[in-house]
Amino acid sequence: MSDKVTVEDVERVAELAHLQLTPDETGAMLHDLNAILEYVAELNELDTAGVLPLAQVTELMDATGGGLRSDVVEPSLNRAIVLAEAPETDGVFFKVPKVIER
Amino acid sequence: MEKPKTLAKLRAEISSGATKAVDLAAGYYDRIAEINPRLNIYLSLSKERALTQAERIDALAGKGDPLPPLAGIPVGIKDVLVMQGAPATAGSKILEGYRPPYDCTAVARLEAAGAMLLGKLNCDEFAMGSSNENSAYGPVRNPVDTERVPGGSSGGSAAAVAANLAVATLGTDTGGSIRQPASFCGVVGVLPTWSRVSRYGLIAFASSLDRIGPFAANVRDAATLLGVIAGYDPKDATSSTAQVPDYAAESDKGVEGMRIGVPAEYFAEGLDVEVCAEVESGIDALRAAGCSIKPISLPHTKYAIPTYYLVATAEASANLARFDGVRYGYRSAASDTLSDMYSHSRDEGFGAEVKRRILLGTYALSAGYYDAYYGKAQQVRRLLAEEFLRAFAEVDAIVTPTAPTAAFKLGEKTGDPLAMYLADIYTVTASLAGICGVSVPCGTTSAGLPVGMQVLAQHLNEGTALRVARAVEAAQS
Repeated sequence: MSDKVTVEDVERVAELAHLQLTPDETGAMLHDLNAILEYVAELNELDTAGVLPLAQVTELMDATGGGLRSDVVEPSLNRAIVLAEAPETDGVFFKVPKVIER
Repeated sequence: MEKPKTLAKLRAEISSGATKAVDLAAGYYDRIAEINPRLNIYLSLSKERALTQAERIDALAGKGDPLPPLAGIPVGIKDVLVMQGAPATAGSKILEGYRPPYDCTAVARLEAAGAMLLGKLNCDEFAMGSSNENSAYGPVRNPVDTERVPGGSSGGSAAAVAANLAVATLGTDTGGSIRQPASFCGVVGVLPTWSRVSRYGLIAFASSLDRIGPFAANVRDAATLLGVIAGYDPKDATSSTAQVPDYAAESDKGVEGMRIGVPAEYFAEGLDVEVCAEVESGIDALRAAGCSIKPISLPHTKYAIPTYYLVATAEASANLARFDGVRYGYRSAASDTLSDMYSHSRDEGFGAEVKRRILLGTYALSAGYYDAYYGKAQQVRRLLAEEFLRAFAEVDAIVTPTAPTAAFKLGEKTGDPLAMYLADIYTVTASLAGICGVSVPCGTTSAGLPVGMQVLAQHLNEGTALRVARAVEAAQS
């Protein structure tokens, strides 16, 4: 948990997160990530062997969520209104730049 | 500073015809036009929608029909909650110009209860921040002292009530984003139990932590708003089916005989001396009102910030993957391929703090690091939550300072992300445990800055937290 993050790590994570960082941003993020990770390493002081992870809290409560809705067809959002918000469409589909070069 | 009128008073005036809702709305828009340029609280106004509602309420009152509970109440909405056709920026450039095709459930419920939706309130970008300085549309200034921050991320929501640019507002809280700005601006903010209020129409940051809650100038009015927005919603499968009590009536009950826990860890090093003194005076008020005060210990408290910043950023990195320049929002022009379009759009559209958190979260989830970071944080999250459950077997409510300091100055912490994260040191614990709470004003520093007390209660025991907050509030007047 205490390995230092490198420039290569930042670049790899940025690629995974689809963020095109400038060299200045990469340097700043390198500094900040190392500072933050050094701080969170404090968690290593705690022995958590055998502790189940807690992803969300409903299991701690008496009352629970309403569960899944019944699987019936209902009116959905209006296509024209939704597509009007998109950067580029053909009126039926969202359009994006080429995926495969040929 | 002029406080908003209470809901009871406004409702009586509108009901009798002494005040017309249309005039009330116009009056608030005049105040906004005059004051907003200085404070930067509202990002957009929904005048047409508010005035349509005002006319409807006036017509009802004119006929002598019974009025809904929030009839003619002017409210503001944090800009991470969507309203059909109204701009929703989430404080980010990447959503500039976006007009959502539907209403957030909590917002729709306010309107169905008669509230007038005045407009959308400034906040930190995607609710990530503790000072409102991460908004792409400029910081909100604290109405109490304009050189200071209003807190964050719901800074606009807290400041709007403090400046009387709305009678009540909605905000969201992921790690303290309702409670901390409520404390900094001297207003009441409620953190409902996770699952108590539907999250449908909340632009997600960290789904296992995100909550919508109200701000108001007094506890009873905040309780009334909570009663309107709480309850099961088929559009959010995680929303609780538990019955919604009459929270305002709950808040009217006294506190005599209640057991109040005071955790030593929240009064340790790092707590401002004046803030400590004001919170202790609030505790004295509870003792005088007949509560028994019990010292307690929550030894895992110091691990809450590292746990929170791993859990929240991991969830954020997944939630914010949706901003890809395809379906809505900003698309970079500088790209020939799909992959470049994604990464350029996101780099140009997101601000520095959002990128920092996406990168941290992606790192914590990535192959080889998942167990050491995200897995470990989830385990510690359970320890923190269980510690609260054990405490609530002994006490009815826990009281702490809401934040370690009063409002700090603009620019004071922007250079150091870690220092900024520590502004949430007393609030992230309840976020991780899913329990509910209230921040209620309990005094002011010698410089006149408000201090808030945080009252925490067991899951779905909002009524208890509100009762205790009422007693603290009563001792202030």
